[in-house]
Amino acid sequence: MKIKDSIEGCFQLMGGDFTNAGTASSELKSILSKLGVSQEVVRRAAIAAFEAEMNVIIHAVAGTMHYVVSSEEVRITLTDMGPGIQDIELAMQEGYSTAPDWVREMGWGAGMGLPNIKKNADRFKIDSVMGEGTTLEIVIYTRKD
Amino acid sequence: MLKVNDIIEKIGLDIRVSGDMYKHVTGCYISDLLSDVMAHSKDGELWITLQTHPNIVAVAVIKGLSCIVITNGRLPEPDTVKKAESENITILTTPKTTFETAGLLYNLLRSE
Ligand SMILES: Nc1ncnc2c1ncn2[C@@H]1O[C@H](COP(=O)(O)OP(=O)(O)OP(=O)(O)O)[C@@H](O)[C@H]1O
Ligand SMILES: [Mg+2]
Repeated sequence: MKIKDSIEGCFQLMGGDFTNAGTASSELKSILSKLGVSQEVVRRAAIAAFEAEMNVIIHAVAGTMHYVVSSEEVRITLTDMGPGIQDIELAMQEGYSTAPDWVREMGWGAGMGLPNIKKNADRFKIDSVMGEGTTLEIVIYTRKD
Repeated sequence: MLKVNDIIEKIGLDIRVSGDMYKHVTGCYISDLLSDVMAHSKDGELWITLQTHPNIVAVAVIKGLSCIVITNGRLPEPDTVKKAESENITILTTPKTTFETAGLLYNLLRSE
């Protein structure tokens, strides 16, 4: 990969906008591919970004997805205005979900998103304030050691 | 390795959106839970589901799936069709159940 300076960008996300869900992550996936990031890193970044994007659409009111790509890492930061997460440890457990029934009927709400983000990230951090919102920071290293 | 168009011909599926018909079908994953497909499907797999809403296209794009097969006579929603057309994702349908479709596909992929 030949990135001298870092490259960054940002997408807006709307809570409840299921029709356009995935647009930001698909675009990020193609941006990373074009930058020549390895296929494995593109794959992991796209999966993590998409699950995080879906969580904003399902659980929050609005948010942003910001990305920075350098020769060292892909860093994706999602910030939303929303209900926040009360117990982050609980939310990280596979199978835990507060998604309403109509969202479950669409096949979301299995409580598998956050664990899968963690699995695909090299570093992963959640910060949340109840009644205000949630920030996720996902880092994937582009270099193999 | 079988391509999407070979599968359509051999097990008789209806084409709703024709994307890349020459994509290799590396296997099959079956689930109606989208985050389960996100976690466990693999690149190039054909995905059998009952879900018909637009998010199935996003899942297929992100995971690099070869095509989506909707069973039990269900049809993709109009927004799903639009999205699949713009993302070049193939959507197929069949009146058969998931079990029957999977059985046919299993024999076909194993005989290769
Ligand atoms: N951005 C967010 N804002 C508020 N709550 C969230 C957010 N992201 C996750 N959560 C909470 O954490 C829980 C677990 O999230 P996770 O992504 O693992 O599962 P899910 O979104 O409910 O289902 P799935 O991802 O399988 O469709 C959610 O049900 C919700 O309660
Ligand atoms: Mg989720």
